[in-house]
Amino acid sequence: MLEVKDLNINFGGVQAVRDCNFTIEKGTITGLIGPNGAGKTTTFNMIAGALRPSSGRIIYQGEDIAGLPTHEMFHRGIVRTFQIPHEFGLMTVLENLMVVPPEQPGENLLHTWFSIGKVRRREKEVMQRAEEALEFLSISHLRDEQAKNLSGGQKKLLELGRTMMTDARLVLLDEPGAGVNPTLLLKIREMIARLREQRGYTFCVIEHDMDLIASLCSPVIVLAEGTVLTQGEMVDIRRNAEVLDAYLGGGED
Amino acid sequence: MEQSYGIFLYIISLATMGGMYAMLTLGLNIQWGFTGLFNVGIAGFFAIGAYVSAILTSPETTRHLGGFELPYIVGFSASMIVTALIAWGVGKVCLRLRSDYLAIATIGIGEIFRLILKNETWATNGPRGVSMVPKPFESLAEPYNQLMFLALVLVTVAVIYLLIEAACKSPWGRVMTAIRENEPAARAAGKNVERFRMEAFVIGCMIMGLAGAFTAQYLKFIDPNATELTTTTFLVWVMLIVGGSANNKGAILGAFLMWTVWSASEILTSRLPDDMAIRTAYVRIFLIGLALQIVLQKFPSGILPEKRPKPSGSHE
Repeated sequence: MLEVKDLNINFGGVQAVRDCNFTIEKGTITGLIGPNGAGKTTTFNMIAGALRPSSGRIIYQGEDIAGLPTHEMFHRGIVRTFQIPHEFGLMTVLENLMVVPPEQPGENLLHTWFSIGKVRRREKEVMQRAEEALEFLSISHLRDEQAKNLSGGQKKLLELGRTMMTDARLVLLDEPGAGVNPTLLLKIREMIARLREQRGYTFCVIEHDMDLIASLCSPVIVLAEGTVLTQGEMVDIRRNAEVLDAYLGGGED
Repeated sequence: MEQSYGIFLYIISLATMGGMYAMLTLGLNIQWGFTGLFNVGIAGFFAIGAYVSAILTSPETTRHLGGFELPYIVGFSASMIVTALIAWGVGKVCLRLRSDYLAIATIGIGEIFRLILKNETWATNGPRGVSMVPKPFESLAEPYNQLMFLALVLVTVAVIYLLIEAACKSPWGRVMTAIRENEPAARAAGKNVERFRMEAFVIGCMIMGLAGAFTAQYLKFIDPNATELTTTTFLVWVMLIVGGSANNKGAILGAFLMWTVWSASEILTSRLPDDMAIRTAYVRIFLIGLALQIVLQKFPSGILPEKRPKPSGSHE
């Protein structure tokens, strides 16, 4: 579904990602692990259009999308969440979700002034979809709460909820489990698995919780110093001496 | 009798100027209040609107470009169109800047426009300004001419208010607020942030240009002094912050309230002895600053704070 080819990016003198090559197959939950500073989030940022690669290609459904702006990626079905939750603080939880659906007629000023009925009908649909997402995430009771008042874990759920408000194909989750308590973590894991089954999403997950990766992801790609160290099933990776050295056994986290 | 008639005329002029400031604050509110665009170039867009309308409607003269004597409606429309086009060009260059850099860029650009208008004497008559600008309803007897002009201003403010209020309550306004609250997340939600910011910037500037056109027609005269930063940029900012940023009613309230304070302070200071009167200009600015402090102590988000609307699909 998505193929990263010889991807490079430089920040000044620092090469954060170098000659990175990997593939995300359709329908998988692909894990992306590696020590801090390995270039995981940077790679995400390039796939999601937040950063422009210095060189290399990102082939998505047969098209090179490297360097396109974020909203173009979104319209092709690539949606991402953030490591640190990015909520719209002063807006309610419901509104946070209602912003997301694309091509809302009410986003065009002429429609808001002159096709009030059309805008209103669409708003009803969007709101229904947002309420369904809240129910799925079991945070319906927070519907009218301002997003800035949510706890860290609830904000993580809201991040996940945003990906449900569009017809996503590839969802990039940046540490969905960071700072989340164990009970909620189990719930999030179950939600990700259900979203894949029910909606056919393909996931790529950055995570430091190896149990979550092991129980959810197949295959797993290990990044270190901006390049792919190895990839395969988690059981094999756990035995890989190089990975142990670079990450799992290195105790860097 | 004579005195009360004088007060009556004063109140009309107060309300008229207040209405024109309400246009400026509403324009700024779209940019700053809802979208978070730090525009400090209000005076420049105001000046463009004022000069375009004044030049297009005034009679023939050798002192500056003109003699078109077009109807007011053309003057008003043209001032909006020209300001919008210029704002679009400015937006193309500046809108990618982060808020504080945008502030510096817009203040510079606003000043460039004002200096061009001041120095291109062939078109604007330079520091002496454009005079003999016709005023709508001036053929009517006093006070009806003043009242009719006031009515025109208030109707315009009402129309602008209704349009902006509808826009801000709609999904369009929701996207704007999302951009203000968290730009990366708005991008990740698939919004073309550049397009939306441009829309807010252009529409806001258009309204500022219209306010300039109204002012030129009302005063029958426009010169570079009428576009000073103190009264056409900073006072507008104070009005919006006092009234309540991101609240359109607050923007209007702030405009009328602070214009009253500004105008009334002139009456007070003009009664001071001569040697003190020289300093009064500064005293008035001080008073505005003081009023801002007092209001912000009591109302940190302005007198009427932001109120997010319920989604229009709400359960009724």
